[in-house]
Amino acid sequence: MPSLGASFGRGGATTFLQDLQQSDCIVIQGSNMAECHPVGFQWVMEAKKRGARIIHIDPRFTRTSAVAHQHVPLRAGSDIAFLGGIINYILSEEKYFRDYVVAYTNASFLVNEDFRDTEDLDGLFSGYDDESATYDPSSWSYDGAVTDAAAGSARDGGHAEGDQHGSGGPPLSPREIKRDDTLQDPRSVFQVLKRHYARYTPEMVERVCGVPAEAFLTVCEAVTANSGRERTTAWVYSVGWTQHSVGVQYIRGSAIIQLLLGNMGRPGGGIMALRGHASIQGSTDIPTLFNLLPGYLPMPKAGEHQTWEDYLDTIRTTEQKGFWSAAESYAVSMFKSWFGEHATRDNDWGLHHLPRISGDHGTYRTAIDMLDDKVKGYFLLGQNPAVGSAHGKLQRLAMAHLDWLVVRDLNLIESATWWKDGPEIATGELQTDKIGTEIFVMPAAAHTEKSGSFTQTQRMLQWHHQAIEPPGDCRSELQFFHLLGQKVRERLADSTLERDWAIQNLTWDYPVNDNGEPDAESVLAEINGSYLTGDKAGEPLSAFTEMKPDGSTSGGCWIYTGVYAGGVNQAARRKPEWEQTWVAPEWGWAWPANRRQLYNRASADPDGKPWSERKAYIQWDGEKWTGPDVPDFQVSKDPHFRPEPGATGADALAGDDPFVMQADGKGWLYAPAGLLDGPLPAHYEPAESPIRNPFYRQQSSPAREIHKRKDNLLNPSQGEPGSELFPYVFTTYRLAEHHTAGGMSRWLPYLSELQPEFFCEVSPEHARERDLEHGGWATIVTARSAIEARVMVTDRVVPLRVDGRVIHQVGLPYHWGVGGEALVSGDSANDLFGLTLDPNVHIQESKASSCDIVPGRRPRGEALLRFVESYRSRAGVTVETGEQRRTQR
Amino acid sequence: MTVDPAKATGWVEPPARKGFLTDTSLCIGCKACEVACKEWNGVPDDGMNFLGTSYDNTGALGGSTWRHVAFIEQPVAAGNEVVDLGMPSAELPGRRDGSERTDFRWLMSSDVCKHCTHAACLDVCPTGALFRTEFGTVVVQEDICNGCGYCVPACPFGVIDKRVGEGVKNEGLAQKCTLCYDRLLDGTTPACAKACPTESIQFGDLDELRLRAADRVEQLHEQGVTSARLYGENPDDGVGGLGAFFLLLDEPEVYGLPPDPVVTTRDLPAMWRQAAVAAAGLLIGAVAVFGGRS
Repeated sequence: MPSLGASFGRGGATTFLQDLQQSDCIVIQGSNMAECHPVGFQWVMEAKKRGARIIHIDPRFTRTSAVAHQHVPLRAGSDIAFLGGIINYILSEEKYFRDYVVAYTNASFLVNEDFRDTEDLDGLFSGYDDESATYDPSSWSYDGAVTDAAAGSARDGGHAEGDQHGSGGPPLSPREIKRDDTLQDPRSVFQVLKRHYARYTPEMVERVCGVPAEAFLTVCEAVTANSGRERTTAWVYSVGWTQHSVGVQYIRGSAIIQLLLGNMGRPGGGIMALRGHASIQGSTDIPTLFNLLPGYLPMPKAGEHQTWEDYLDTIRTTEQKGFWSAAESYAVSMFKSWFGEHATRDNDWGLHHLPRISGDHGTYRTAIDMLDDKVKGYFLLGQNPAVGSAHGKLQRLAMAHLDWLVVRDLNLIESATWWKDGPEIATGELQTDKIGTEIFVMPAAAHTEKSGSFTQTQRMLQWHHQAIEPPGDCRSELQFFHLLGQKVRERLADSTLERDWAIQNLTWDYPVNDNGEPDAESVLAEINGSYLTGDKAGEPLSAFTEMKPDGSTSGGCWIYTGVYAGGVNQAARRKPEWEQTWVAPEWGWAWPANRRQLYNRASADPDGKPWSERKAYIQWDGEKWTGPDVPDFQVSKDPHFRPEPGATGADALAGDDPFVMQADGKGWLYAPAGLLDGPLPAHYEPAESPIRNPFYRQQSSPAREIHKRKDNLLNPSQGEPGSELFPYVFTTYRLAEHHTAGGMSRWLPYLSELQPEFFCEVSPEHARERDLEHGGWATIVTARSAIEARVMVTDRVVPLRVDGRVIHQVGLPYHWGVGGEALVSGDSANDLFGLTLDPNVHIQESKASSCDIVPGRRPRGEALLRFVESYRSRAGVTVETGEQRRTQR
Repeated sequence: MTVDPAKATGWVEPPARKGFLTDTSLCIGCKACEVACKEWNGVPDDGMNFLGTSYDNTGALGGSTWRHVAFIEQPVAAGNEVVDLGMPSAELPGRRDGSERTDFRWLMSSDVCKHCTHAACLDVCPTGALFRTEFGTVVVQEDICNGCGYCVPACPFGVIDKRVGEGVKNEGLAQKCTLCYDRLLDGTTPACAKACPTESIQFGDLDELRLRAADRVEQLHEQGVTSARLYGENPDDGVGGLGAFFLLLDEPEVYGLPPDPVVTTRDLPAMWRQAAVAAAGLLIGAVAVFGGRS
């Protein structure tokens, strides 16, 4: 989550679900929280009971809207225009929390005089290179600061550095940043912000989002009236924001609002990033991402990281402020936990034995590499890309190029059966007897059948104990990988090849029970880390601040250090909230250091006093910081402390630097480094849009990641010939009754019967326009494919007036897939998407696109291909369509 | 007059009467109650049927559905006045004409057996399969029920029904919510209430739930939700008050609930008396006509 990382210093939800009950206003945008996070939603209902105002901003009227005070329907893909409008309102109406903004944000810092805004360059920031289609962000830096050249630049496909800011802001050398506390200097961040958002007027919001100015202003008034010393507003988002070609910038929009209103680090405030799966936060903390190592340490890169110092320099600069400057201790401890005594200073702790990345190896790049026969084998673990990933056809065709495929899942999901009953078998694009892929299906144990931890949406680890033995051949992931590791190590035991060193020297000695199941707690202890030498040798570490860069400590993931403090599984704590404070610090364990509300130093004013009694949280008692949560600050640092010139690391943090992971200690209204597509969010249209960008000449983000291929054709957008064939906007989403691609719900009768069939949601007006009959069938078409769905005509979908014309939106839940094994099946909404991605994180744009919809069922067999081809030829679609980075007009 | 139905049926010093308060103002329509109920009670699925009635593919309470979440989509006029009562109709959802859109609402409510103080299903059961528990609830014993079905039309709410489906467990037997009798005996909360994430379904002593419900209505009225009202909390209504009662945001008809339910066996004694009078009259007539002809 590079957006939150670049804004505040850590890439996780800044607050916790229980804290929502303290909010005076909750804005839920890009999230259907009631349906997709119903358990956490209890705290929204609690806030509502206490009188908080609930606002839901979403293309559709959902079960979240049903219990909100106000639902604001907007066009999918237009959120930055809406958020920019709020920023403009806050600035032009002088509604910002001035004391907070001056003290805790970078509003007063001066920006490099070479910086040029989208205002100056008609939709581009300075530093754009047409050749590489990337930004050189050096002109975005502060005046007087040296932005580390490595941070945020996008060299040779190395995109996605943004990801690294999961637990520490981007590095920069902040020597003597010039500032103007009057906020009047034209080059101050505050004035840059003002100019940038001046054109985001209520009229423009109405024109771009389809939200009447009156409804928009109601939201502005509610959030500003419920922010300040006495009141706080929380912002909630989830994948309705992240899955866009500018998703990272969506989140930045809310970060700017929350900083301007002074809602960060305060009870009832913050940004609640809701993450989908039970352990999605955990899957970036201890990552399944190609470019990260545990704790958001970067994966070494070929050609760049020749030495240990090279490697460290990409993480931090030694001159900077904050806790990230101790990154060497974290990295060394991680290597010690991996390689034990084999990790030494002499061999750079084993760094050079890791594989190095040479560019993008993300999930979509990997699928494309499969198509190009560059990938031989593929493991799918709890993932169903044949249904759940964008451009399902591309995913399935890619898997047919593999030599082998391992699917570990609870059920025989479509990603394991596409070779016999997938959509391409029906169209003749694949023939079973011509597919060379060998597929191994490994039945998996469910969470009740194994012990382990989930790291949920608020960075909290919760332990689950095994309740029953897994049935038949089902095994846990832990056992599978432990065994696989043992077998690979046996095979390589006698190898003298340099490349096998890392596997040969891996610590791989976990105690197992009678069934061969490794002891999950021993893995947790290894992740936590321990002393390796000295009096305390063998004892668990209690905090990451105990980690040393000399090899005397180990720890598999520094941000998790403390979860096994005192040799006790802190994640297994289950003290009910009614036996402790409402913050409930003794339920589970949250990183970092069991803090629930991040940046909570900001809950007090610069002198350390609460901004108001009503919103008191952490405060300075004259000797130390105290409160119901773990202070996110050095406990005994006086609020008036000022560092010596030349101080570095945590010692360089002043007593009023609440963003302790940031290189300058401040919340970033403007990101001088760390993001690849701009220091400020600007509205760009989705890659496929029936609307011309009314803000700038530049239609879509110039830095978006594109894949110009014959098997990834795009719909023409407004302004290109043929766009009239795809006049509607569609968006995809989940229902409460199903789980993502259906692997955990479509095999269960009690869930399947609740939502048995794929349907599309359309407005009555749209139904009339296209002769769609409620309960009948409709076919939805894009340049990739056509799918069919039952029709749900509902007032919950509203036609919007956008840029002078009526725009209809089609809603598609994406839970169904084509196959013969599930209790319920159907066409997959993800088959409609092409691949266009956010450059920071390689996340696909799958929440806003264009389509056509016609009544009736889709053609069968090969006729389906001809049907889609007829659309393409009428629209004149070629590989160039929609793939122009710069809009020439 | 408050009747303790457990005492009235002969239980000596029964525990406090248990029940549900379903506060529809807190319902988010997640259907966790439906799933938890089926999971705990081993109730089979009801078929994979797309009904097209908003997000409700369950349809109604029945032999294999003991909790049912209703979804009501309605336009609302300015000032929160309801435009129509949302009576069940053959109309498809959504606007038929081209009229201007107004504000819109989507009501959700989890329906369940009411565990009536005066339960007609129990009154008419010829086998004794339906009985009143010590908690004041009404439960079917599947090993005694003979599937006669008398209870089905007796219920004024259309709750109890015979289970359909070839080869399913308890096929043909009358089935309904037991208020998780087995869990109550173990001192635990019924599955649906336990699973409800927003405390829309609250379980407890009925007396306490009634007090809590009255407070909640007052709170909602203070927050401007003047349409909030209770349904089935009154012990003087036609069924003697409900063991499972509701906080609604509109008239009961909107949710498909009868506005003034009456225990269907209430008039039976009078009917029998009248029938007896009629029979006696007929007998006297017969005697008068034919009696003297011997």
